[in-house]
Amino acid sequence: MKALVGVKWVLDFSVKVRLKSDGTGADLAGARMSMNPFDEIALEQAIRLKEAGAVDEIVVVSVGPRPAADILRRALAMGADRAVLVRSDAPVEPLGVAKALKSLVERDGAGLVLLGKQAIDDDNNQTGQMLAALLGWPQATYAAELAVEGNVATVTCESDDGLETVRLTLPAVVTADLRLNTPRHISLPNIMKAKNKPLEEIAPEALNVDLRPRLKVLRTDEPAKRRAGVMVASVDELLDKLRGEAKVI
Amino acid sequence: MSILVLADHAAGALQPSTARVVTAARQIGGDVVLLVAGQNCAAVAREASAIDGVARVLLADADALAHQLPEALAALIAELAPDYDAILGSSGLVAKRCLPRVAALLDVMQVSEIIAVVAPDTFRRPTYAGNAIETVQSTDSKRVLTVRTTAFAPAGAGASAPIETISPGPSGDTRSSFVGRSSTGSDRIELGSARRVVSGGRGLGSRESFDKLVYPLADKLQAAVGASRAAVDAGYVPSDCQVGQTGKVVAPELYLALGISGAIQHLAGMQDSKVIVAINKDPDAPIFSIADYGLAQDLFEAVPELIAKIG
Repeated sequence: MKALVGVKWVLDFSVKVRLKSDGTGADLAGARMSMNPFDEIALEQAIRLKEAGAVDEIVVVSVGPRPAADILRRALAMGADRAVLVRSDAPVEPLGVAKALKSLVERDGAGLVLLGKQAIDDDNNQTGQMLAALLGWPQATYAAELAVEGNVATVTCESDDGLETVRLTLPAVVTADLRLNTPRHISLPNIMKAKNKPLEEIAPEALNVDLRPRLKVLRTDEPAKRRAGVMVASVDELLDKLRGEAKVI
Repeated sequence: MSILVLADHAAGALQPSTARVVTAARQIGGDVVLLVAGQNCAAVAREASAIDGVARVLLADADALAHQLPEALAALIAELAPDYDAILGSSGLVAKRCLPRVAALLDVMQVSEIIAVVAPDTFRRPTYAGNAIETVQSTDSKRVLTVRTTAFAPAGAGASAPIETISPGPSGDTRSSFVGRSSTGSDRIELGSARRVVSGGRGLGSRESFDKLVYPLADKLQAAVGASRAAVDAGYVPSDCQVGQTGKVVAPELYLALGISGAIQHLAGMQDSKVIVAINKDPDAPIFSIADYGLAQDLFEAVPELIAKIG
């Protein structure tokens, strides 16, 4: 079975976003970019499924600008077999990305699509669900455990108050949550080997998809800052403040 | 304008998030229609019909909608969609997994986790773990939205809207089936809607300390228990206690952070709390920069004293 994994090129999780002062959005010039952490977990899961014999080929896809090829090379070094960059220099939205992924699934075939549950830049949490709808496939979101046997995936998902397990008949879309696995480190020999793996760049037009955004971002602002608080010296003083001033206990 | 709101319910009871989504819907303006979909949920529909500002309640009750799996639920909502200009859900699990599916079926780009309604087609929403607030305008003819419920006050209850039983939509998708649920949810106060939250972090050092300090203080304060990602990763508490960008977003009246350093991903989940208290022995912990009251003291001294002195 072929697995397709979607990865997004985002501001590194350890970097605090800088906003442009004119309200036009994040200033990413010179900022450290990396693979969306949830997508990296999805990719690791695909590699583990391949090691276990449930998957025989992993295609990794990103929809983004040319520098996004960096995370695709990283994905190849981790263990993906080939990569596709759907080139878009403008920011993309989940609906457009889902359409591009659908088109690739139809072109190349796949029995399982693995994605991160959300991107840590736009925090949308939509692409997996949208792709499943467009393909007419079942879905499992926020996966904490995934087992594949034959054409059945058993997925244990994070829910609001515990865990929920569903059984899906493949093909299906599964989105990864934080605790599905811990992605592996990449070794130098694998980085070298990845240089010989195929990385294809295509235009969205070649997939017949329209990536033009449907949402107009009118402006981007800093969140309201919290008023600086006070340090108290003792538990007694804290309780005085909470009772007298804040009146919350 | 007509707005469809997906009601949140679990274990036969309407969840408080629904009345908050109704507030967001009323700010958009128009007739607000609530959809209660599930299995054996007639009692939920009766509860829902009392929410102020609801014009009517649609009840779709069927075996195929048991567990509110996204495939069947999205198919039902997509069938109802032609009658509505906007479709809203909460930031809870059922809506989060279902509404993007609805949006794609309607060829609409969803606006996720809105925190303010600026105009019927324009909304504010957090990105970058709450470090940026975008104002976005939808250019689609229909809108699909999820609502960050902590940002909207609940609508009152005192109405009695008519309840209309509707056909449950396409039959269930047999390619997806429910296997089971393991709820960690004891009889503790629910984190998402609690008025007070006591959260523990890595500073507690062990599961035993978490059990010894966080739970008794939460009990004393009648608070829900939360945790940082570090505390969940260390196995002190189950993952549904996690507060943050990955995890739950809470905005209680009182948020007490014990031994939490304050990574931006954690702050994303609690910085809208009304009063934040941080206790951490490291005076340089970033959590102090957003706390209303900070106490730089060893937890193992401060928390037992706090427990003893709270009446």
